[in-house]
This record gives sequence, C-alpha cells and structure tokens, in this order.
Amino acid sequence: MESLLDYGVFFLTMTGIYAILALGLNLQWGFTGQFNIGVAGFFAVGAYTSAIFTTPETASHLGGFDLPFPVGIAAAMLASGLIAVLVGWGTMRLRTDYLAIATIGIAEIIRHVLKNEDWLTNGVRGIPGISRPVESEAGLLAVVLAFVALVYLLIERARKSPWGRVLRAIRENENAVMASGKDVSYFRLQAFVVGSAIMGLGGALFAHFNGFVSPEAFGPLYGTFLIWVALIAGGSGNNKGALFGTLVIWILWSGSEILTSRLPVEYVTQAGALRVLLIGIVLQVILLYRPEGLLPEERPKLGKPGED
Amino acid sequence: MLDVLQLLIYGVVLGSILTLGAIGVSMVFGILRFAHFAHGDMMTLGAYFGLVFVVGLEISPLAALPLAMGLTAGVAVLIDQTIYRRLRRTAPVILLISSFGMALALRSVIQLIWGPNSQVFQSGIQIPHRVFGLIIKPDHVWIVAGAVVLVIGLHLFLTRTKMGKAMRAMSDNVDLALVTGIPAERVVMGTWVLGGAMAAAAGVFLGMDTRLHPTIGWGVLLPVFAAAILGGIGKPYGAIAGGMVIGIAMELSTLFLEPTYKPAVAFAIMVAMLVVRPSGLFGGRT
Repeated sequence: MESLLDYGVFFLTMTGIYAILALGLNLQWGFTGQFNIGVAGFFAVGAYTSAIFTTPETASHLGGFDLPFPVGIAAAMLASGLIAVLVGWGTMRLRTDYLAIATIGIAEIIRHVLKNEDWLTNGVRGIPGISRPVESEAGLLAVVLAFVALVYLLIERARKSPWGRVLRAIRENENAVMASGKDVSYFRLQAFVVGSAIMGLGGALFAHFNGFVSPEAFGPLYGTFLIWVALIAGGSGNNKGALFGTLVIWILWSGSEILTSRLPVEYVTQAGALRVLLIGIVLQVILLYRPEGLLPEERPKLGKPGED
Repeated sequence: MLDVLQLLIYGVVLGSILTLGAIGVSMVFGILRFAHFAHGDMMTLGAYFGLVFVVGLEISPLAALPLAMGLTAGVAVLIDQTIYRRLRRTAPVILLISSFGMALALRSVIQLIWGPNSQVFQSGIQIPHRVFGLIIKPDHVWIVAGAVVLVIGLHLFLTRTKMGKAMRAMSDNVDLALVTGIPAERVVMGTWVLGGAMAAAAGVFLGMDTRLHPTIGWGVLLPVFAAAILGGIGKPYGAIAGGMVIGIAMELSTLFLEPTYKPAVAFAIMVAMLVVRPSGLFGGRT
C-alpha cells in the first residue's frame, strides 16, 4: 500500500513537471500557432542551468555556484528565454514550418553540446547531487503543484488579456492582425520566448526533482514528443486541456510500462519501441478522429450587434 | 592541402546522400506544403529493406537498391493514403505533427523488426584505392555514381514525362496547376513514389557508407532539411546544389570543429540562409 502511495506521489510530480512544459507549448502552439518541435532543447537548458547554478563547486563541470533554489529557477528561465530569442529572431517572419525545422535543429545541437562539452556539463556522465528545495517527496510534489498552479493562472490570465487575443488572432488570420496595425513578428517572438522560459522552468523543476541530469532525458521522445501528444490529446489552445492531456498521456505511458514489463525477458529491449509505437498510433488516431482534443478550446461567443 | 582534398571527397559522398533525401523533402514541401519530418526515418526504412534483400538473396547492396526503392515507395504511398491524405483537408501544419509522430513510429517499427543494434551490409574491410595519396573507397565511388544515375533519371522524368511536368507545375504553383486540370491526387501519389524511392536510395547509400542503425536517417534529417531549404523549396534541382554545399561544408568543418558538430554546421548555414534569403539559392517558395 505504501509503495503504491509512493508511486502515486512520483507519478503526480512527473505529471506536474510535464504539465508545465505542456502549458508552455500551449502558449506557443495552442495560442499562437507556432510549431516548436524542439521542446527538449529548452527543457534541457533549464534543467542544466539550474543544476549548474545550485550544485556545490566541483571540477567536473562548470560551477557549480552553490546558489539557492529560487536563483536556479530564475536562471533556468532566463537561459531558455535567451535561446528562444536567438532562434526566434530569424524565423518569426517565416511560415511556422521553418520554426519547426529551426527548433528541432537547436534541440539536437543542444543535445550534442550536453554530450560532448565535458567542461560545461560533465558530458554523458551528467550532473549528480542536485539539491531539493524540500526533503520529503510529498513536499516536493506540493512545490511542483504550486508552480503548475502559478503557471496555469498566469497563462490563463494572459489568454483572456488583450495580449492573448492578439496571439490567437495571429493564429487565425495573420494578415488581418497585420492590417490592424500590430507587429505580428514581435508578438510571435514574445509568445515564443515566454513559452520557452516556461519550458526552462519545467526543466529546472525536473532537475531538482530527479537530483540528476544527463543528456538521456532530453531526446526527442521524452523531451518533445510526449509533450506534443499530451497537448494535442488534451486540446490545443485550452489550458485545462493541456493539464488534462498530460495526465491522460502519462497514465497511458506509465500503464504501457507496467504492461510491457510483464513481457518475457527476451522482449524487454523491444518493449520501449513498442510503447513509442503505441503513443505514435494514439497521436494519429487523435489527429484523424478528434483533432480538437478531449477538451476543445472554448470559442469566444459571438455577440449580436447591440448586445454588450 | 591533401587533407582538404580528402575531405572534399567525403563531402561529395555525403552531399550525394543528402541530395537524394533533399529531393523528396523539397518536392513534398513544394506540393503538399509541409515539412515532412518522417523523411529521415523513411531513409532508415529503405536501408533496412536493402538489408533484407542483401541478406535474403545474397546480392550486393547496389543490386538490392531498386528493390528497396520500390518497397519504400510503396510504404510512402501507403502512409500517405491511410493517414496524410485524410489530414490534408485540415491545415498543413497538422500534417507536420502527424509526420513527426510517424517518424518515431517508423523508428520503433524498425527497431521491433530488426533490433536496436548496428548492422552492416557486408562485413569485412574494403581495400581502398589510392589515387595521388588520396584514399578512395570503392563504396564511395558507387555511392556517387549511383546518385548521379538517379539524378539524371529524375531529370529525364521531370522534363520528359507528363507526370514529371505536372509535378513541377504543381510544385511551382498549386492553384495554377489545378486550374489547368492536373490530376492532383495522382501527382501527390507520384510525389510520394519519387520521394520514397529517393529516400530509400539515400538510406542504402548511408548504410553502405557507415553502418545500419535505427537512427541513421534521423541523424541526417537536419542536414537534409538544410539542403532542401538552401536549394529552395519545391526546386528539385536546387536540392542537388543544396545537398552538395551542405555535404562539403559539413566535412570541411571537421578541419577545425569536432566531428559531432557536423549537423550544427548544416544548421548554421540553414539559419543564415533563412535570415538572408528564405527562398533559397534558386528562388523557391517560402
């Protein structure tokens, strides 16, 4: 019973961290229609930045600077945001396909840097001993959930604000927004940078929860694909959908792990591939039969002239 | 100097492979208006189909090439007909997400069938030719020759056949092509046959150059995109120039950079191109 409870806490903490990533992606894709397929890169930069800032000084990687947890979080968001500025600068004027290619490029390059620049990241051995803001598992869950709530409230507030309306208008009809005198590229850049900074936050929380970061965790599957499937399954453009989708996909993902762990030993190495295939099929089915997701975005009610 | 020449040779080999991949990406992007993220894994699939024939029929990879190309083209059409075709009614960007999922799904299928470990077409060491101090592997000669033959074939197809002309027309301007009565669905199918076959050739060549692994195609996806963008989207001839520039630049970069950063070089060229001239060297679409 106890172990089940432990697992529940672990599961919810992971879901919370991924929910933050999904909320960041929702700001980019759901609101603004930006195709960031390099979530893993921003996730990784956040995780490593916070790790480097908060671990005690060591010879095996840059730093550490032994700074407190909140500084690590802030630095992580700043670093991810800065990378987003660099990526966004050249691609905001173009069709979102180019952003997709550019972001996947930056994510792969970040992964190569993490693996090869030992002085910075300790290479494939990763960074161990990342401190926790609170000791107990349940306390950590509370911290993560508090951050989820905070991000959710801020993004929900942003969605209803004039700023959020401009973003959604850009998604629906870029030319109309341009015609009404808005600087489309600049708004896009803002959404992209803020969304990426939120992903950096998710990365930092992941580092402090896990206590250890290595390049493995930030491949295209764990770092990008699951988050996309979660957002699309939940309902792009709907923040509640982002949260709900993350929960559903994590239940599926963990459930499939429990199922495949029962396979005979000789198939164990293949089980990972089978699970990815399953999630891949889930994505195609959702796209074909329920592209708006489980919780579709609420469309604004069209008022009749004279009303309101 | 000899170093540079040697790297140029490697660059032309890599460029030939990238070219074949970029042709498909460029055509699909031009005609269906989406960046096909599963193209790298389609290359991997082609390589493994090649392996099946090499092992099963005990033939050389080159002899297996046409068979692998045919099978992969079939798979490409199958994927398009079962999934992409139904998504085409919605926004092109939905196709992009779908293809990203397809990339990972294809990779898992490959891993399920052929296992996660590296394999080779033919074991044993090839004795390289030595020409003026330069090392030239027989496989490299075959790769470049094969790519040249395929590109000439593509050129004849695009300029001499009705289907080829229709493809170029659609890739130039879809709406204009449609009003002239070009059968869109058949052209789309033709595009997948062409793109799938070329991807398979790229994959087999990649396997000949190094070894087979479930992620070989994914590893070159970024340089392939870079080549397609450099050459101009929707411009199959541009893809040739783009592939060569990217391939040679990637190999030459190893003079002063770690080889693991080769994709980063392709990426840097691509971003510079997107900033300066997003339509590519030859004025493709953006």
